[in-house]
Amino acid sequence: MTALLDRLDLLGARVIGLLAMLGEGAMLFFRLLTRGLGAFARPRLVIDQIHFIGNYSLVIIAVSGLFIGFVLGFQGDYILSRYGTEQSVGLLVALALLRELGPVVSALLFAGRAGTSLTAEIGLMKAGEQLAAMEMMAVDPVQRVLAPRFWAGVIAMPVLASVFSAVGILGGWLISVKLIGIDAGAFWGQMESGVDIFTDIGNGLLKSVVFGFIVTFIALREGFIAAPTPEGVSRATTRTVVIASLLVLGVDFVMTALMFR
Amino acid sequence: MKPPDSALPLVELRQVSFAYSERPILNDVSMRFNRGQVVAIMGGSGSGKTTALRLIGGMVRPKHGEVLFDGATVDIANRDALYAARRRMGMLFQFGALFTDLSCFDNVAFPLREHTDLPEELIHDLVLMKLNAVGLRGAAKLKPAEISGGMARRIALARAIALDPQLIMYDEPFAGLDPISMGITANLIRSLNTALGATSIIVSHDVHETFLIADYVYFVADGRIAAEGKPAELQASTDPFVRQFISASPEGPVAFHMAASPLADAFGLTGVVPTAGATGVAAAAPVAAATPGSEA
Repeated sequence: MTALLDRLDLLGARVIGLLAMLGEGAMLFFRLLTRGLGAFARPRLVIDQIHFIGNYSLVIIAVSGLFIGFVLGFQGDYILSRYGTEQSVGLLVALALLRELGPVVSALLFAGRAGTSLTAEIGLMKAGEQLAAMEMMAVDPVQRVLAPRFWAGVIAMPVLASVFSAVGILGGWLISVKLIGIDAGAFWGQMESGVDIFTDIGNGLLKSVVFGFIVTFIALREGFIAAPTPEGVSRATTRTVVIASLLVLGVDFVMTALMFR
Repeated sequence: MKPPDSALPLVELRQVSFAYSERPILNDVSMRFNRGQVVAIMGGSGSGKTTALRLIGGMVRPKHGEVLFDGATVDIANRDALYAARRRMGMLFQFGALFTDLSCFDNVAFPLREHTDLPEELIHDLVLMKLNAVGLRGAAKLKPAEISGGMARRIALARAIALDPQLIMYDEPFAGLDPISMGITANLIRSLNTALGATSIIVSHDVHETFLIADYVYFVADGRIAAEGKPAELQASTDPFVRQFISASPEGPVAFHMAASPLADAFGLTGVVPTAGATGVAAAAPVAAATPGSEA
């Protein structure tokens, strides 16, 4: 009986802990949305962060996009040629990138490149009492430190996803047109007639904005609540990648079901 | 605005109790920090000294009792009032807590840029004056990683006084400093307090330097005030805790060993009868018996 009560006790404590964590997260998100808008009063702070977060992620995003475009070019041609429709490979590459791979893969890369860096930066600021010092100077760290990074991430993400898709399409063109020899007119023509600006490009961009919110928020939150020790910061960084990646994939599934079904 | 009542202490802790989860830190503690004075809170590690500073700064909330700053309760729930009070406080953290991505100049300019609309030329002059006051005008362009720990603390002090606060709090300002830096820091604390007409609270366990500059000292032990008075009074005190602390003696009411089970138990030697040839066991037993404070 005592063992059962102990288990119930443990379960209750975990549920309360989970609810507290969700509540704390929701409050931080609300603070970022409300007080964080004040960050735009000093656009320099946001621009600096867009440069740091976005510009430094550009190379990995562009290179990854190019290689994914290459692979899509090869695989598209291989599959479509079975049905004699290899001229549609441009459409396949564009739709795959604009609807799914662009937003999702760039969000995953963003979590690994910029998300971890944000978590480590905020976690180390906390460990070095820099956030506490800011608080003691009557400066809200959420508004001064977290908000510019948050909005920078939200703004940078769709731009990075667009770059990813554009470079990926270029990669697909290089493989299917230049290497395999598919007609360039068919490649671009099929793409032009088959891609809808709202359904495909618009929804893809919307996804990347949502992923920007998710990845940047998770990265900042994990840094903000990290234990102020080397181990705490290391764990927080790992959690950022794991939680952000899983959330991106899960939310992508839901959004795809809602948008394209 | 009403002029402050000089008889009213700038900071007051009234019967304050505080605990981290179930671990009590301060228990029914009352302290007064009079205007214009340098007041020290002393005590061993983990005695609750820094917690007292955190309570005054509104970083934590007391479980019982009240913390007053300039006659008003320090209320964590009222963010605007708390921030207004903090604008009149400066705090020097133990390791400086400088912003590592900013230069020393920008660190000191930070509170001025955040809280005032002063033109950049004026901020420039003010920052250089503050840096000059701590003797580090020459380090203005350096990053915190390029200066020593003692210098970092002086830069942090310049930042803490950037807005000419009424209250300056120092968390272990002498920890880890060489004797020269320690003397410089102690003189700075005293002279800045006089120059700014401020009130200073020092949390420290460095008896010599603190007694040189403090007007009044509180000794905290086991979450309570063990002794208080002017440095000269405490030097002459016969209180066993004060005597042990001032003379840095291992003998006294503060035990070196934390409460624990007997050493023999920890080594799994309880009930083991020493036999001829079992020299290790025979040698361990007297050690366990002779270790004072190892009994819970």
